[in-house]
Amino acid sequence: MEKLTRVSTISGRTMFCHLDAPANAISVCRDATQVVVAGRNIFKIYGLEEDGFVERLNLRVGRKPSLNFSCADVMWHQMEENLLATAATNGAVVTWNLARPCRNKQEQLFTEHKRTVNKVCFHPTEVNMLLSGSQDGFMKCFDLRKKESVSTFSGQSESVRDVQFSIKDYFTFAASFENGNVQLWDIRRPDRYERMFTAHTGPVFCCDWHPEDRGWLATGGRDKMVKVWDMSTSRVKEIYCVQTIASVARVKWRPERRYHLATCSMMVDHNIYVWDVRRPFIPFATFEEHKDVTTGIVWRHQHDPYFLLSGSKDSTLYQHMFKDASRPVDRANPEGLCFGLFGDLAFAAKESLMSAPPSVGDVGRKTYPGGDRRYPIFFFKKPDVTEQFEQVSSALSVFESEAGSSVGMDWFINTAQSYLLSGKPFGELCEHNAQVAKRLNRPQESTTWTMLRIMFSEPANPSLSSNHNLNKSGNLPLVNRKLKEWIKDVFLCAENEETEGSEGQAEYLFGDAELDDDDLYSMEHDNQAEEPEYLLPQEAFPLRHEIIDHPSAPEPVQERPESPHVSGSETESTCLTSTESFSLISVSQLLFSPHLPPKFFCPIVKEMLCYYAEQGDVQMAVSVLIVLGDRIRKEIDELTQEHWYMSYIDLLQRFELWNVSNEVIKLSTCGAIMCLNQTSTTLHINCSNCKRPMSNKGWICDRCHQCASVCAVCHHVVKGLFVWCQGCSHGGHLEHVMEWLKHSKHCPAGCGHLCEYT
Amino acid sequence: ITELENVIQRWDALGSRDSSSRHAAMELIHQEVMKRIETMGPIPDPQSSSPPAMDDSLSSDLNALLAHVLMLSKRCPYEDIRKKCTCLLQKVQDVGVRIPRPVGNGPSRFIPEKEILQVSKLDKRIQSIFEDAFAVLGRLDNISLVMGFHPQYLENFLKTQHYLLQMDGPLSLHCRHYIGIMAAARHQCTYLVNLHVNDFLQVGGDPKWLNGLEEAPQKLQALGELNKILAHRPWLLTKEHIERLLKAEEHSWSLAELIHVVVLLTLYHSLASFTFGCGINPDIHTDGGHTFRPPSLSGYCACDIANGNGALEEMFGNQQVSELSGEVEVLMEKMKQLQECHDEEEASQEEMATRFEREKTESMLVVTSEDEECVPSRDVSRHFEDPSYGYKDFYRRGEHVPTLRVQDYSWEDHGFSLVNRLYPDFGQLLDEKFQIAYNLTYNTMATHQGVDTSMLRRAIWNYIHCMFGIRYDDYDYGEINQLLDRGFKVYIKTMVRTPEKITKRMYDSFWRQFKHSEKVHVNLLLMEARMQAELLYALRAITRYMT
Repeated sequence: MEKLTRVSTISGRTMFCHLDAPANAISVCRDATQVVVAGRNIFKIYGLEEDGFVERLNLRVGRKPSLNFSCADVMWHQMEENLLATAATNGAVVTWNLARPCRNKQEQLFTEHKRTVNKVCFHPTEVNMLLSGSQDGFMKCFDLRKKESVSTFSGQSESVRDVQFSIKDYFTFAASFENGNVQLWDIRRPDRYERMFTAHTGPVFCCDWHPEDRGWLATGGRDKMVKVWDMSTSRVKEIYCVQTIASVARVKWRPERRYHLATCSMMVDHNIYVWDVRRPFIPFATFEEHKDVTTGIVWRHQHDPYFLLSGSKDSTLYQHMFKDASRPVDRANPEGLCFGLFGDLAFAAKESLMSAPPSVGDVGRKTYPGGDRRYPIFFFKKPDVTEQFEQVSSALSVFESEAGSSVGMDWFINTAQSYLLSGKPFGELCEHNAQVAKRLNRPQESTTWTMLRIMFSEPANPSLSSNHNLNKSGNLPLVNRKLKEWIKDVFLCAENEETEGSEGQAEYLFGDAELDDDDLYSMEHDNQAEEPEYLLPQEAFPLRHEIIDHPSAPEPVQERPESPHVSGSETESTCLTSTESFSLISVSQLLFSPHLPPKFFCPIVKEMLCYYAEQGDVQMAVSVLIVLGDRIRKEIDELTQEHWYMSYIDLLQRFELWNVSNEVIKLSTCGAIMCLNQTSTTLHINCSNCKRPMSNKGWICDRCHQCASVCAVCHHVVKGLFVWCQGCSHGGHLEHVMEWLKHSKHCPAGCGHLCEYT
Repeated sequence: ITELENVIQRWDALGSRDSSSRHAAMELIHQEVMKRIETMGPIPDPQSSSPPAMDDSLSSDLNALLAHVLMLSKRCPYEDIRKKCTCLLQKVQDVGVRIPRPVGNGPSRFIPEKEILQVSKLDKRIQSIFEDAFAVLGRLDNISLVMGFHPQYLENFLKTQHYLLQMDGPLSLHCRHYIGIMAAARHQCTYLVNLHVNDFLQVGGDPKWLNGLEEAPQKLQALGELNKILAHRPWLLTKEHIERLLKAEEHSWSLAELIHVVVLLTLYHSLASFTFGCGINPDIHTDGGHTFRPPSLSGYCACDIANGNGALEEMFGNQQVSELSGEVEVLMEKMKQLQECHDEEEASQEEMATRFEREKTESMLVVTSEDEECVPSRDVSRHFEDPSYGYKDFYRRGEHVPTLRVQDYSWEDHGFSLVNRLYPDFGQLLDEKFQIAYNLTYNTMATHQGVDTSMLRRAIWNYIHCMFGIRYDDYDYGEINQLLDRGFKVYIKTMVRTPEKITKRMYDSFWRQFKHSEKVHVNLLLMEARMQAELLYALRAITRYMT
């Protein structure tokens, strides 16, 4: 009861005061009325008044303040209100007694540590016991009635970053180390730690015992994590883990809130976060007042969760009120929307938003005629009294597209798989692709391919069938004369069709829903637009789609004599020469005699490509780009091309069309794209004998000095194709294993496994 | 040249661990060389001093090829290849073609070749590291050979270098080499410059850039200032410098790129220190590493003479050693004393502070007699601007170096996080590198076993940091004075400040009784300490910019 009344007397507001120098640590006295601030050039006590900090005492006295005043840490005794301890950067541990009558309050000086002392800690219940942890790897326990340390604990590892007495267990303390370990010690046994475990990669900067739960320890490290460990069991268990955005300098459990803790960071990030460890993704509350890194945080009273004090490198001391904290949850977006690959759409939102106007559901159903709401999933959480979160339940709806509907992406896959991009003369490629498009009921694309063939082939390309094909659409005599206008017509017509929406063209992912489809499109474009930023600066390579003179640089595995490309280009050239003679005749047939040089069409084609790309059909743009190769490449600036390639490759990879995407990469002419196949490909292998990773190039394992990957049949090292059974991991030369399996089902290594190969 | 590079690149198979593929590659080389000799036509009479002019390019190609073969015959980690290359050279000579011979004595001017090469023969681990390095780079540079004294460090060093220069990173490959060149040129380290000029061209760098910094893109030119300050007076680096680099419109750098740049610059500054400090000779196959002249009578090559490496000198040196044989014992005695009386002798705080200040100012002074005007050779200085900027402006007494307290900005707490944030994984690598360098010990001193050298190592490390104005609160700078004698201090100072002025005499005159491997160890320490110091200032400036 007494506790409660005292708590109620604390009141105040968010306030701050300027210090003269950056603070390194702060500590508060037991009755929460005074706070001590320590730093390299500051050591002061401030009183906490209703409406401000009041400087009570400056402990930095003397004309030439010594390094003993340069504090790395400070702690106010929680039993004895006149007693303080500081850890000095020069390795001294100093105690201060405020009751001393003279100006210099320094009471005792221990200079036993050889390096900087990182942390001091009073025993929570024992008046005269003080613990220190230092850079030199030692922890020392002092009895304040004696002149020297009572016991020394050697961590046998690197520097000690933090030491904390357990609040519940009288004899236990925890120490955290620079090498990532945390050790538990019994104060009576200085010879050996009781427990040790690796908590973080890299230094563990801080740890804090839970004030209520016995055996809960929170640790924070340079690896940006806060972890909560349960040590009450025989095995130390990580029970919670919070990922922050910067290395964690301090961690402090929030009083009276079982799952809350406050953290601040060592570098870059200046905010103080209060986390609910069960909700590790978004901080429960944030204090954003400081302008430089926060170096010390402490809850003002050990039973009051609403006041937090903090000191910072920006030379300010703050009292934060919990009610003034910003709550990132409130700013978090309560809705989520995501497309599936095959035109499905998932939408999650707060229940309240979804159901409030009952009409929304109906409208939704109406406006997505292609899809139906098949799996409405609801998430509920049991309300938890201790949890201070707003109860939010979200509904997730998935709208599936009907098979074969216009929303689906089947056309994309089909097209990607059937388009031919190389390996045939230009004319045939175009024609093939035109057929593909036609078969898939995409007349516009089909016509485009046909047009391209006409524009860029010699006028009398012998593939008459396609001329015939075009004839059906009724415009052949005019083609050459009014080609330009005609193309425009086609485009205009296409656009009209779409705006009318009569045909339900594949261009649309959605009908005219209440969802603005422009937005949908632009969203997709945004995504695409972001990608190229990660690219390396590009270089121009003066070559076309055959790879005969590929860039010299980092291309060890380029198989040059790959027949289709070479032969492709050959046939192309022969085809062109043969038409030379032929063209004379055909030209006379046509009304139009002077050739329009292919260049003439470039601007239109460029416009066309951009149009397709704008429409979201980057597939068309890239395919045409590749097929046209040199004919158009120079017209379009490299960045745009790269952009298209990246988008297309990305799409292909999402649909797991690896082969097509690889072909596109191979055929692309952008340096940056071609590099994609050559970078970041690392194959990690383990030695088959000792099971450890092979760091070497070559076939001999470093560690066991044996040949790894030996063929189980012939016992020689396999240098080419290695095939192995996934069951027993024995294997060998492909042909040997094939041979073996013809007459035996068992593993050739004699392990008795019935090998299975697919 | 490019064709030649291609040929040499095709020899990558030489680095294979499989002997048959090595032999195949060797066969290829053999044919290539012979083919070239044939196409050159009849061998010109060696007596006729004027070879036909038209053959110039052909013969220079051949010469480069032969030089490479010579390098392989000496440096290849595989015995069989070494033998074959020697045979090939012999054969070529028999045909009547002039063959090159290595200039200088082994990888280092300071350390006898015997001693360095012995290492690789004895130690399996070294052998395997060398083989790795050879497989990756197609060569084994002299720096690696010298570092071979300390395999643990070398392994890490090569890994870091590989990651920094070849693996994924924010900068393009040729930029990395160019920045390396810029940094090394700041100290007129021709060795590193030549090494990276080759690499730069190999990864497709624009040869025009090599004509000078003003031919390079403006973005790179902007680094000139950073390079200059970091190399000579890193404490002057402010957030304004960083801001200028990051906000230069189309020529601006990104933060990730900048971190990469900073790491490269600091690494190559300190590597230049190491190169000079160990007297690294040019690699055999590069210019200046071999000669086609027949050996002269004197037996000493020009550089040896220039460095006072005469026979007389050596005798003189030996004499001195015998006189000062007690040096190591004295040092060990001092260390013991310091350890014991640490608690008794309580220096006051002011005393500590003055000790630091004294070391700091003392370290700024440079022995004037050594301070001869040394004009940087033109071909190297073109890679940076303002060649006159150096320590010279700064020798003047009274220049105040502000103090950086390690407790306020340290590598472990602050630098690491920043680097790892912007250049993932690299902080880890650097961290390991620093730790290995700092903690490396064999518990020996000269002939004595089982000595705890941590105190000495710490003194050296802190002394270097002290030169950069970095102060450890928990260190008594009086210890430095006790442990490091004047000659050694001069060596350290020269190496960190103006490494180009290191001479063999300086190298010989400190710690006379210590083994070469220990001196290399000291050099590693110096190199890493210097790198960390520069890095700390650079990272601090970046942090300040970010906050």
